[in-house]
Amino acid sequence: MAYRFKTDLKWSAVTPKTDYLNRRQLLAGAGAVGLGVTAGPAAAQIAAMSSVYSTDNEPNTLEEISSYNNFYEFGTGKGDPAKHAHQLTTDPWSVKIDGLVDKPGSYDLADILKGADLEERIYRLRCVETWSMVVPWIGFELATLLNRVGVQSGAKYVAFETLVRPEEMPYQNSRVLDWPYIEGLRLDEAMNPLTIMATGLYGEALPNQNGAPLRLVVPWKYGFKSIKSIVRISLVDEMPPTTWNNIGPDEYGFYSNVNPEVSHPRWSQSSERRIGGGIFARRRPTLPFNGYGDEVASLYDGMDLRKHF
Amino acid sequence: MQRINAVLKRVPTLSLYIAGVVPLIWLVVLLFTGGLGVDPVKALEHRVGKIGLQFMIAVLAVTPLRRFFGLNLIKFRRALGLLTFLYIVVHLAVWLALDIQFYWAEIWADILKRPYITIGMTGFVLMLPLAVTSNNASIKRMGPAGWKMLHKLTYLAALAGALHYVWLVKGWQYEPLVYMGGIILLLGLRIRVNRKRAARI
Repeated sequence: MAYRFKTDLKWSAVTPKTDYLNRRQLLAGAGAVGLGVTAGPAAAQIAAMSSVYSTDNEPNTLEEISSYNNFYEFGTGKGDPAKHAHQLTTDPWSVKIDGLVDKPGSYDLADILKGADLEERIYRLRCVETWSMVVPWIGFELATLLNRVGVQSGAKYVAFETLVRPEEMPYQNSRVLDWPYIEGLRLDEAMNPLTIMATGLYGEALPNQNGAPLRLVVPWKYGFKSIKSIVRISLVDEMPPTTWNNIGPDEYGFYSNVNPEVSHPRWSQSSERRIGGGIFARRRPTLPFNGYGDEVASLYDGMDLRKHF
Repeated sequence: MQRINAVLKRVPTLSLYIAGVVPLIWLVVLLFTGGLGVDPVKALEHRVGKIGLQFMIAVLAVTPLRRFFGLNLIKFRRALGLLTFLYIVVHLAVWLALDIQFYWAEIWADILKRPYITIGMTGFVLMLPLAVTSNNASIKRMGPAGWKMLHKLTYLAALAGALHYVWLVKGWQYEPLVYMGGIILLLGLRIRVNRKRAARI
């Protein structure tokens, strides 16, 4: 299945390397100031190419991105992950890739990263709770990983699993969700170039509370689809079950594309509050597919998105 | 207990009003000094809402505390009730002004279509006649029996508030269930007492 992404953008639109390097320095500086701590040496920076898929929206600060998280493995409060995620051991880390693939197996994280071209992708993030952020992820396209392991022709969906390790993820002792956290994408969604596996942000390794060491980022879907701290990727022929869909099938659909026209049963999705705007920041209208309609709307041609929400 | 009650008798209720608004003032200070985290609006909205529920629980605890432990806090109940109302008004105002920002179309849709907002708004509306009649003149005008009857609306308002909290979070989280459990317990204690009283008669 050769889904190819088309764009009107030309190479001339790509930011020259010197510019983006400068900008990254500026961003890194801003992040350090925001944290109020001395940042590590510049040498710790992950080398990553800039990308045409990045938004020019102002990114949120590292402090905002790493102190306001939904990661129920560490608690249900927004600040809980930042408080507790330091307990998580992310090295060694391996990912089991199985199902309908040519080369199934347990892959060491270093192995996975060896074949990956890291890019900086500045994406809008829209939470189903109606807040949003802009995050400068570092990552690689999921498609490159899937192509490396060889997707077999019967595969139609990709299923993901988060680590289960209650001794380091304290809230897994609670029953607020069924563990492990599971998510899934249709294969063409997974192969879309916007879909990335992130390993870092702001030029540094991912903070644990943001899903270290490896997480999915699907910018046109509500944030809960972008599963964190992944230990298993399975290629399957049937739509896999997903955590929030299991909890509330009428509230959280399998697709969960950002859609201002389709309300969550308990709240409207037509507008959002951008984190970091201060107390009096205006709400902004939510865009279909979180503004990535040009890139992904065609994936859903002919589908009733009210039914397949 | 006698001694505690005697001491409490000398504590002016004004001191409770003053102590009761301290958390609100503190939250406003935090709001303007960046102390409420990266999403100050939601933090303020949720925290004043939760304090409102806590005062509501305090109101409901007054009668059982007297009945089962002989602790007399009746003279503070009006202050506790009005403080509940104050925090819920601020909660509602933050939602209207800073969160949903007077998008009336969305506000009406939310109130009518979203059960947790409908139930929260119901709780607020139920509190209005209670707040308005929380003064001696009203008791006199309505007569103690009628006034007492009206103020049984507190039970419904408390349940509405707790249900609003349980319903608004994603999934079944513990904290809202603890509030709901506490309120149901405090209301349940009244039912048993009433039955006993009925049996005695």
